[in-house]
Amino acid sequence: MLDASAIGDVVREAIPRLACSLRADVREALERALTAERSERGRRVIEMLLDNAAIAERDGSPLCQDTGTVWVWVEAGQYECVPPGLAQALDAAVRDAYQTSGLRMSVVRDALLDRSNTGDNTPAFLDVSWRPGSGATVHVMLKGGGSDNASCVRMLPPSAGEDGVVEAVLGAVTEKGASACPPLVIGVGIGGTFDTVAKLSKRALLRSLDAPATDPRTRALEERILAAVNATGIGPAGLGGDTTALGVRVLTAPSHIAALPVAVNLGCCAMRSASIEVSGA
Amino acid sequence: MREPVRITLPNEAHLLRGLAAGAEVALSGVVFTARDATHVRLVADFERLGALPYGLVGQALFYAGPTPPRPGRPAGSVGPTTASRMDAWTPQLLRAGVVATIGKGPRSEEVRRACAETGAVYLVAVGGAAALLGERVVRAEVVAFPELGPEALVRLELRDLPVFVGIDATGGDLYASVAAQSTQESS
Repeated sequence: MLDASAIGDVVREAIPRLACSLRADVREALERALTAERSERGRRVIEMLLDNAAIAERDGSPLCQDTGTVWVWVEAGQYECVPPGLAQALDAAVRDAYQTSGLRMSVVRDALLDRSNTGDNTPAFLDVSWRPGSGATVHVMLKGGGSDNASCVRMLPPSAGEDGVVEAVLGAVTEKGASACPPLVIGVGIGGTFDTVAKLSKRALLRSLDAPATDPRTRALEERILAAVNATGIGPAGLGGDTTALGVRVLTAPSHIAALPVAVNLGCCAMRSASIEVSGA
Repeated sequence: MREPVRITLPNEAHLLRGLAAGAEVALSGVVFTARDATHVRLVADFERLGALPYGLVGQALFYAGPTPPRPGRPAGSVGPTTASRMDAWTPQLLRAGVVATIGKGPRSEEVRRACAETGAVYLVAVGGAAALLGERVVRAEVVAFPELGPEALVRLELRDLPVFVGIDATGGDLYASVAAQSTQESS
């Protein structure tokens, strides 16, 4: 049986670590990009990002001043029940972690009607779904506002095909990518419905840059989009160069016969996420 | 790439006018943090008073909302937010006497023209480098709107904050030249 307070503890412990410690695969991708980047200004920016990661790790200071909204995705074993009080336990974890770790409070009460700061970075944004096995996988992401603002959902006609998908991603990157703190990690969701495709694109960001897609067709698409995005010349910090993105991660799903939904969730150069196993005992 | 030009604000602000888009600057001295909610308040005060409040004439605005300071340090992590969200307010603030803005990402054509008209510049700081940039803050003092939390107007004193000239005082735009270059290469 899953326990709400145990899941809360996992999230509470993950938040300060994610805020101050760059994902190892992202750091390694930046190190590779430093060698490959041809723009001198681009290399200068990547150097700053690597120095920044070292300083943040050393001092326990946040990688980015935008310590984000907290997204928690509880992927529960197929026979597990959602424990009572889960949302409350997660809000308590967020409140506690943000207050005790000196992170920035970046949530307003209502997007339109009341833009006063909630003061404790709650609410957490929660998704629950099921997977085979027991226990749960708890995914935690601190998502910055700048990169989420540059993301989009497009409902393409199925005839648009793979070229249409590539164009949709390129459109998002050329329109707003320079403000999303490149080098980017690009999450692409394809399929599902209008609402679920956005979640797919966010979930895609969780997969390590070291872990290629298992389906060779998905893997080829990821490589095609990455090459196209890096040919734009937008570059690190949007100031020109070869390294506009460090990686592209694609998740596909079933959809309506009339639909080819595509979502692009841009992740910034301080991509902060972790996936943690919790036992159901 | 040339060594960064060292400039101390506000006294050497006139030196910013001589720099071309793309130049790297090591910025020292005084800047004021102001982001979305700060701008709403500043512009309301400006319209009521008919002049820039809080001694902002001749000063620079840094689009930033830092994390809380760590014990024994003047500031937490400090970095730029997306500048285009401030575009609607920027031309009138530049005409009223703000000499530089600091943020990330491209600006509107109106901001570019207002820079050329007033001799102001837009400086780009690297997003995602806030632990590094935060180390370059030597003093921080809330000047106004403490109730806005991370959006308060804060006077920062900097030492060698690395920035690039995004829009120069003649209206030269680094982002436009990056975009033009990529169009050229792909055609």
